[in-house]
Amino acid sequence: MSLQDRLTELRDQGLADIKSADVLKKVNQVKVDLLGKKGPITEVLRGMRDLAPEERPKVGAYANEVRDRLQNAIDQRREELEQAAVNKQLAAEKLDVTLPGREIPQGQPHVITQIITELEDLFMGMGYQIVDGDEVEEDYYNFERLNLPKDHPARDMQDTFYITKDVLLRTQTSADQPRSLENHDFSKGPLKVLSPGRVYRRDTDDATHSHQFHQIEGLVVDKHITMADLKGTLTLVANTLFGDQFDVRLRPSYFPFTEPSVEADVTCFNCNGKGCAICKQTGWIEVLGAGMVHPHVLEMSGIDPEVYGGFAFGLGPDRFAMLKYGVDDIRNFYLNDVRFLSQFYKKG
Amino acid sequence: MRISTAWLKDYLKLDIPADELAEKIERTAVEVDGVIRPDEGQKKVVVGHILTCDPHPDSDHLHVCSVDVGEDEPLQIVCGAPNVAAGQNVIVALPNSWIGNHTKIKKSKMRGVKSAGMICALDELGFDEKLVPKEVADGIFILPDDATPGDPVFGYLGMDDEIIDMSVTPNRGDMLSMNGTAHELAAIYDQTPTMPTVDLHEDESDDANDQLEVRVDADEHDVPMYKMRLIKNVTIKPSPLWLQIRIWNAGMRPINNVVDATNYVLMQYGQPLHAFDYDKLTNGHVNVRLAKAGEHLTTLDGEDRELLPTDLLICSDDTPICLAGTMGGLDTEVTAATTDIALEGAVFDAVKIRKTAHNHDLHSEASMRYERGIDHGMTETALNAAAAMIAELSGGTVANGVCVGRDEDVQPVTVQITLSKINHVLGTELSLDTVADIFKRLDFPTTLTGETYTVTVPSRRWDIHIPADLIEEVARLYGYDNLPATLPTGQPTIGKLNETQQIIRDSRKLMESAGLTQAISYSLTTEAKAKAFALHPSDVTKLDFPMSSERTTLRLSLVSGLLDDLAYNNARKEHNVALYEEGRVFYSQPEQVRPKEIEHIAGAITGSMVKKSWGVAEQPVDFYQIKGIVAGYLKSLALEAPVSYVATTAHPEMHPGRTANIFVGDQLVGFVGEIHPNTAKAYKVRETYVFELDLTALIALPKARQQYQPISKFPSITRDVAMLIDDTVTNADVVALINKKGGAHLQSVELFDVYNGSHVPSGKKSLAYTLTYRDQNATLVDDDVTAAFDKVLSALTEELGAEIR
Ligand SMILES: [Zn+2]
Repeated sequence: MSLQDRLTELRDQGLADIKSADVLKKVNQVKVDLLGKKGPITEVLRGMRDLAPEERPKVGAYANEVRDRLQNAIDQRREELEQAAVNKQLAAEKLDVTLPGREIPQGQPHVITQIITELEDLFMGMGYQIVDGDEVEEDYYNFERLNLPKDHPARDMQDTFYITKDVLLRTQTSADQPRSLENHDFSKGPLKVLSPGRVYRRDTDDATHSHQFHQIEGLVVDKHITMADLKGTLTLVANTLFGDQFDVRLRPSYFPFTEPSVEADVTCFNCNGKGCAICKQTGWIEVLGAGMVHPHVLEMSGIDPEVYGGFAFGLGPDRFAMLKYGVDDIRNFYLNDVRFLSQFYKKG
Repeated sequence: MRISTAWLKDYLKLDIPADELAEKIERTAVEVDGVIRPDEGQKKVVVGHILTCDPHPDSDHLHVCSVDVGEDEPLQIVCGAPNVAAGQNVIVALPNSWIGNHTKIKKSKMRGVKSAGMICALDELGFDEKLVPKEVADGIFILPDDATPGDPVFGYLGMDDEIIDMSVTPNRGDMLSMNGTAHELAAIYDQTPTMPTVDLHEDESDDANDQLEVRVDADEHDVPMYKMRLIKNVTIKPSPLWLQIRIWNAGMRPINNVVDATNYVLMQYGQPLHAFDYDKLTNGHVNVRLAKAGEHLTTLDGEDRELLPTDLLICSDDTPICLAGTMGGLDTEVTAATTDIALEGAVFDAVKIRKTAHNHDLHSEASMRYERGIDHGMTETALNAAAAMIAELSGGTVANGVCVGRDEDVQPVTVQITLSKINHVLGTELSLDTVADIFKRLDFPTTLTGETYTVTVPSRRWDIHIPADLIEEVARLYGYDNLPATLPTGQPTIGKLNETQQIIRDSRKLMESAGLTQAISYSLTTEAKAKAFALHPSDVTKLDFPMSSERTTLRLSLVSGLLDDLAYNNARKEHNVALYEEGRVFYSQPEQVRPKEIEHIAGAITGSMVKKSWGVAEQPVDFYQIKGIVAGYLKSLALEAPVSYVATTAHPEMHPGRTANIFVGDQLVGFVGEIHPNTAKAYKVRETYVFELDLTALIALPKARQQYQPISKFPSITRDVAMLIDDTVTNADVVALINKKGGAHLQSVELFDVYNGSHVPSGKKSLAYTLTYRDQNATLVDDDVTAAFDKVLSALTEELGAEIR
């Protein structure tokens, strides 16, 4: 048998052995047996000494080819077996991915905070400053400076908790606005403030009344602020909280600190304006009060109403939350039942 | 204010559905609560004529009637009303009719006698009991003789009217009258209203001023106008049905012809009027003054009232006979026996009336109008209208002349405004003509000079006195829908949170990511709870006149409210609760009523914060969990001074062995720990861990300057030490000593084990720490570290008696 034939035989036998090796160990054994220093191919190469010099390169080249072929087959087989082993392991490691994960406990913001934060962000984007007034306020600032002198009939609209004759729990966050007006330097630009916070009214708690609730009041004063600006601003508020598809309409109303005064309704989100029980068949829901700042309010803060004017608005986050989420009892906001609080997932 | 649309048609041509009218009023003037249709849902209720009326054979009070209801055969109806009689026209609910509030009437038998329907009283047709005339309150209602049997009954009773129920704001007192509402609608629909006229005949031979002497002692501010008329020889009887209908559709009860006439004119003109029985006045003397302390008056409702010095009184020879503008006195009430009437038309101060109504809890149609103001220009006209009406309805005569206690010169107000100011405020481009037309529709006489309007505001619109009021009139009649929607222009401003607001917002997020959910509790609580958990001793701020004993005092801590929240949850079987609150506490300040308002942040956890799941057990919360939350939070505030926790027994509501005061540097900023078992019992909560932090103080404290530190290129070396040490020695003591003796290269000390189980002698514990050494600038030499470490070990042994293991 020529060396070439011998190599061919070794090659075919080797390839068959490699193919039949079903575990890595056998592959390794085949490699040692065939390609090792004492293996048959080495043997064949040793036998090249006996060949004619001109034959040697030819046989040598063929031997290398056979060896490479075998080496490749071994590598390939090894990889196949390794992959099969990995696959087997992976198959054994299969998990039920629908089992719950180990959650890291997460708290969440109160739904009223969510609404306040959303509006704060909206108004800061329009250049408003956020102002936090005191919750215990003087009658003078809470009422008189807002054009509500003692014995004004509109005071009946706001039953008040008094500490003394002259000190009270604020009934509206606009109680801080006279101070904002007094302290503002108009040479540095317009006054634009938003006052969110807790307010108090002398009410008996029930499903629709709470002695403690929240308000967000806005105030803008500059040389040229119009009622159209108020309408545009309120539309933006409604669209932010309820969605773009909602319309805003203004109706005449009365607040002592604004003139003209309006009430703003938005399209009933429940029936889209068709009329339902929530909107008492009107298609509209009253959401906030607003108006153009009353000249007396400006005068009392030392601002010339002939030069400056502005608008003010006030809305109740509690009422907004009740409308938006269909909450039927305002007390839910202050009892802090975790089954209630956890229903309102949202950014903080 | 209930506005009858049928009555409105006396004033205006209104071919408009009531709902549309209501909507227009709401969009242009005042809020509307709804449209009332008294006959709504009622069917087959007709006029019946009682042909015969015989006693029921088996009853001593029932009658069996044969009733003509306009059909071929009369119906047999059993009736139990005491006033039923043959010859009457009555209200008949036919078989299968619907009456009142969804009641169906069927054929039935009453004590064995067939009854085909029902003869009805007014309340059975849905009339409010308060509106039913007293004389028919206990029986059926008798319809007029000319009513046609078989006709639907609703037209005869004014029940086919549509009534707009308006909620009038305090500034629009003018709309608390038919006249005012008609003026308003005339402006809206651009019509000229037909206003009522007064046809008064005075008896020239009978001079009122000879018989009635009126004197006003109160000042002009309290009583700007006081006038009376005298009506003689009246016969008191029920009013005609048309008047009763107008009265009850306006939401009042028909009483008698005299009272109904005053109420009718009240509704027309918005002017309260009061009728006195002239014969009960002493010598025909009337005087008006403020009450004196200790005086009493029994009012029409039979209540004996102690009067206050702020009450305005009508007196007769100085004896109180009426609370001015609020309620009459019983003694001078008009009764069936009354023959002569002294009729008052007056103006009283709004604030005085408001006080009287409030103090005596007497809110009447009259007081409501005086509080909001009335048309001073119409007082005498209304007085005349009522006098004429009383005379006509009662067969009496009006004595000659008005008795004037005080008169007032009522002048219209003139207000000037320019077109450009209107457009400037509204953001519109209205033309001169558009605005002029609005003033014309309002019937405000106006002259125009250049672009300045000089507007004469009639006395019926006393709410208008400055230019802004006119802008409102223009805006609402032009229509708010027609205003453009824009955003403020002008110099831009920066809107951003200040540092305090930003830290408060960040703090909330940090608490939430630590697993605590935000609670908002009540600021008002009981005095005991308000004082509990106070960080610093303080007096409390109390309400002058609380609504309930549960809400009397402003809180000094947030934890107290959070425990109430936990109790609420526990009572509802929610035992795993982790809440935080951010809000104000109220420290009283010396010499000041207003407390100092301080922002706090507090948390309370109970049960397990880890949800029980497959392969995960609940982990009952403990001291170190809440401390970990606090420590993580304080770390992220990057405070400059170090935070330390010092065991304290100073908080009586807290566990004495499991509570630490929290210091930043040497400033006390809060506490953390387990609540005392007694506190848990009192609040009805389980084992609970809490913290309370003075956020205002934390915000004010200096923050660490943040500066990049190069990360050392040189490796660190660690050494572990385990020691047996007395139980009384704290971790803080050990760490402080290690840091003190650790040398220049000691970087950190980490506690990795605490053990005081069975293998440790009693009174001792085992602590183990990892000390990490690193040199920023060079590779540490092992021998140097060993030398430094040995110093620590010997210090621990010598100074703390540690036994190194
Ligand atoms: Zn709706």
